[in-house]
Parts: sequence; C-alpha cells; structure tokens
Amino acid sequence: MDVLTVRNLSTAYQSKVVLDSLSFSVEQGTLTGIVGPNGAGKSTMIKSILGLQPKISGDVEFYGNALQSQKQRIGYVPQRGAVDWDFPTNVIDVVTMGLYGQIGWLRFPREKHRKLAMAALEKVDMTEYATRQISQLSGGQQQRVFLARALVQEAELYFMDEPFAGVDAKTERTIISVLEELKDQGKTVLVVHHDLQTVPRYFDHVLMLNKQLIAYGPTKETFTTAHLSKTYGGTIQWLGGENLGQRSV
Amino acid sequence: MVSVLSSPNFQWVLMSTILLGLAAGMVGTMTHLRKQGLMSDAISHAALPGVMMAFLLSGEKELLVLIIGAAISGLIGAYLIQVIDHTTRIKEDAAMGIILSVFFGGGIMLLTIANRVGGGKQSGLDSFIFGQAASMVRSDAVIMGLIALLVIILIALFFKEWKVVLFDPNHANMIGIPVKVYQSLYTFLLVFVIVIGIQAVGVILMAALLIIPAVSARYWTNSLFVMFILSASIGGFSGGFGTFVSTFGRNLPTGPLIVLTSAALFLVSLVFGSKQGLLNTYKQTNLIKKKRNVQVQRGDLE
Repeated sequence: MDVLTVRNLSTAYQSKVVLDSLSFSVEQGTLTGIVGPNGAGKSTMIKSILGLQPKISGDVEFYGNALQSQKQRIGYVPQRGAVDWDFPTNVIDVVTMGLYGQIGWLRFPREKHRKLAMAALEKVDMTEYATRQISQLSGGQQQRVFLARALVQEAELYFMDEPFAGVDAKTERTIISVLEELKDQGKTVLVVHHDLQTVPRYFDHVLMLNKQLIAYGPTKETFTTAHLSKTYGGTIQWLGGENLGQRSV
Repeated sequence: MVSVLSSPNFQWVLMSTILLGLAAGMVGTMTHLRKQGLMSDAISHAALPGVMMAFLLSGEKELLVLIIGAAISGLIGAYLIQVIDHTTRIKEDAAMGIILSVFFGGGIMLLTIANRVGGGKQSGLDSFIFGQAASMVRSDAVIMGLIALLVIILIALFFKEWKVVLFDPNHANMIGIPVKVYQSLYTFLLVFVIVIGIQAVGVILMAALLIIPAVSARYWTNSLFVMFILSASIGGFSGGFGTFVSTFGRNLPTGPLIVLTSAALFLVSLVFGSKQGLLNTYKQTNLIKKKRNVQVQRGDLE
C-alpha cells in the first residue's frame, strides 16, 4: 500500500527553482534514506510535502487523502537547529508537547500524558534527563529528545531531517535501533541522510535527489555508481565496494 | 496628597495600570521569546500618527477612538515592516528603523498641527509621548483595564498552544495546531497592549514595559509557566508603583517612572538571578576553579 504519493512537486525560492517536478510513491513499511548534495533540496522536499513550505505546483497525498486530515498519522523530526535551545522548558515538557495536538483545546497535560512521554524517553535512553533544562543537553541528547517527541505521537509515517548530523556514537546507535523498531512495527520512515557509506546498512530504500528526482527504489538496485555520479555531478569520491569504484575520499 | 490617593479616580487609574503591567508582562514574554523586542518598539512608535489622526478627525479626546486610531496605524506599521522585509533587499532591522522613525516623525508633525488648530494642547495630547496617568479619567481606566483583562485571559486559556507555537511553530503545525491563527492573534494582542499603554506609559517607552519584565523573569526560572507569572508580576508592580509615584509630584510623567521601576527590578535580577545571574555564575565558576585547585594540590590531576 502506498502511504505517500507525490505528484509533480515543484518549489521555488524567489526566482530559483529548488525542486523540479518530483513524482514518487512510498510503500508502507519501508525505510528510505534521502540523499543528495548540499542544496539539493532534501529538507525543502520534506517541508513542502508536509505543507510547511509553499509549493508552486504538484500535489501530495497521504494514505490517499489530503494532508490536513492525516496529520495525526504523521511524525516530524526537524533539524536540531530549527529551535532555540535556550527556550525555558525541560526535556519531559518538550516530549509532552508531541501530545498537545491530541490533548485538545482548553485541556492540560495530565499524568497519563506524562507517562507516555516517559515511555518515549525510555526508548531513546533519556529517562534520567527528564527534568533537565534543554539548554544543558549535548547535541546528541537534543536529537534524542526530538526523536522522543515524535515517537510519543504514535504516528505511522515519520519524516526525519538529518537526525544523524553531528551526533555521538551512542545517539547514532539509539536512532538506528529506533528506526529498526519502527520498521518492525510496519511503520514507514523517510530520513534525510548525509553519510553515503552507511546508506546500504541503514536503509532498504534510497531516494536520490538533486533538484530533480534522480532515482528512487530499493537500495540494492538503486544505490549505484551511475546514480551516485548523476546525483553528485560526476565528482563523487566514494569509499566503497568494488562495484562502486575504488577511489578513496 | 492623601486626597489624591483616596480619590476614586486615582484608584481606578492605579488598577488599570496594574492590569496593563500584568498584560504587558505576559505579552512581552512571548515577544522576548520570539526575539521581537525591536518590533514592539516599532509598533508603539508607529501608533502615534494614528492617535493624532483620530483626534483631528473626531475633534475630541475620547480614549476609545484614539486607541482605535493607534491600533490601525500600529498594525499598518507592522505590516509595512513585513512587506519591506519580504519584497526588497532591505532586512528586517533596517525596515523597522525606517518605519519607526517615519511614523514617529509623522506623528509629531500631526501633534503640532493638533496643538495649533484642534485644541490638542488643552486636551493634553502631549501626554501620549511620555505617558501621563494623571490625565486619565475613570472611563479611560475602565477601557484600559478591560482590554488588558481580555489579553490576560486569551493568553492563559491557550497557554499550551502558545507554548508549542513559540517553541517550534513547524512542529506545532504538524500536530494540528493552527499556527497562523495563533501568530495573527499574537500580533493583535501585542498591538492591543501597546495601544492601551500609550496614554499611561507613552509611545516612546511602551516597548520597555513589554521587554524588561520578561527579560528579568528569565533570570529566575527555566519554566515558561513561571516566566509568564513572574514577568506579569514585575510588569504589574512596575505599572502600579510608577503610577503611584507619579502622583506625588506635579507633572511627573508616568512612563519614565514605570520604566525606571522595572529597570531597577531588572538590575536586581541581572545580578542576583538564580538562573545565570551574574553573581551566581561567578560563584559557580569559582567553585569549579577551587575544586580543581584542590585536586591539583592533592596530585589527583597531573
């Protein structure tokens, strides 16, 4: 079943086209890595799909419906730099915010919601930091808090924008185990990713983007030297197996 | 003087400036967290020509009419800043500088005209620049107090939504909160507080009553809820105390007194604040140094 269908999606920043007529469908239960050079429009693509950035054309369907009616089924993990970490709040509070949409108007979070938030923190190994002020967290810990905030929503389709960027090894392991768990539960995840070497290990699907959609499909067939050089403009320096060339970084 | 304090008019004015301070402290917390301190200053300066136009057109100093004028020109100013920022190569800070000075200049010019031809002098229109709570009458105080109360209620009712919209608007949008509605509502709340404050505090200093209490409150807490309460309390106290002192002397402008009161509280917070106040930070740095020295002496560290 297709959980996400994108048709002819284009966006522009002033007079510059950022995304040029992307079309693809994502199947349920897949784990997709989104790769492409800097400025390829990876974050822009996620934001336009989620309606957080205006598009100039195209349409997007979630489970065959428009975004507005499906928001509860979608979880979003923005880049860490998207917020001010000096904001007066603590870890458990940020995670509880993931539930604010479900709590509803004129109601406040209760014990039940706190327990759900603690359970989400457990999954990312952050329970001991629950009451810590968010400005006191390391980059990796901030990333895990963001992940927990998305997990607490119990969504079915997740979008993550560079969760692996600049995190420590422990956080990287935590994210990988979360991704595997989500996959085991039949959930669908799309992840903007920078480290080409780990793509085959982490993701069963890969989406290669450079303003246009270069290729999308199962990693085995899609993540090829030909597609890589097309995505990165032929100058890709790749440290990989024989079929991907011998040049080192 | 005793007669001034016990006069019902004074009590009404005092109550309204306390409510104004409470509301300004709450809205100011949002303004501070959105890093829009300068924006509030631009809007309050931009309100002046609206006050004068309203006076010239209506020919009387009816507060409700004047604050409607103020709100319209304040909103036009805020809108123009956005337009300049989005459509030209001019950045937001420069756009605010332009709008603030042009609108304020226009306002002063209109004030001169009003003073000369419209009997503005007798009406005490000058008080809109530095604020003069003593020039307020009971009906002014009631209007001010009611609008301040409305602002306070709207912030308290949707505290949860404000929090997530302030912290991460994109995430708020994804969990189904109508972010655009809240952001527009915020602009209206900001303009409401500014326009009801301009008679008591004045257009020049109104931004201080928004920002100083919020910045001071941040020195005492890491919780948004407590920050709202503290900031409101500091604003409310400053509003009340400034008004109180301004009745002692003749023609003591209320605005500067309110701002100086909150500035004194800010200084205390800056130095003694429990969350990264100067003294506390100094103590903690010293503690770490001492521990380290002891360790070095004991030979724990090479």
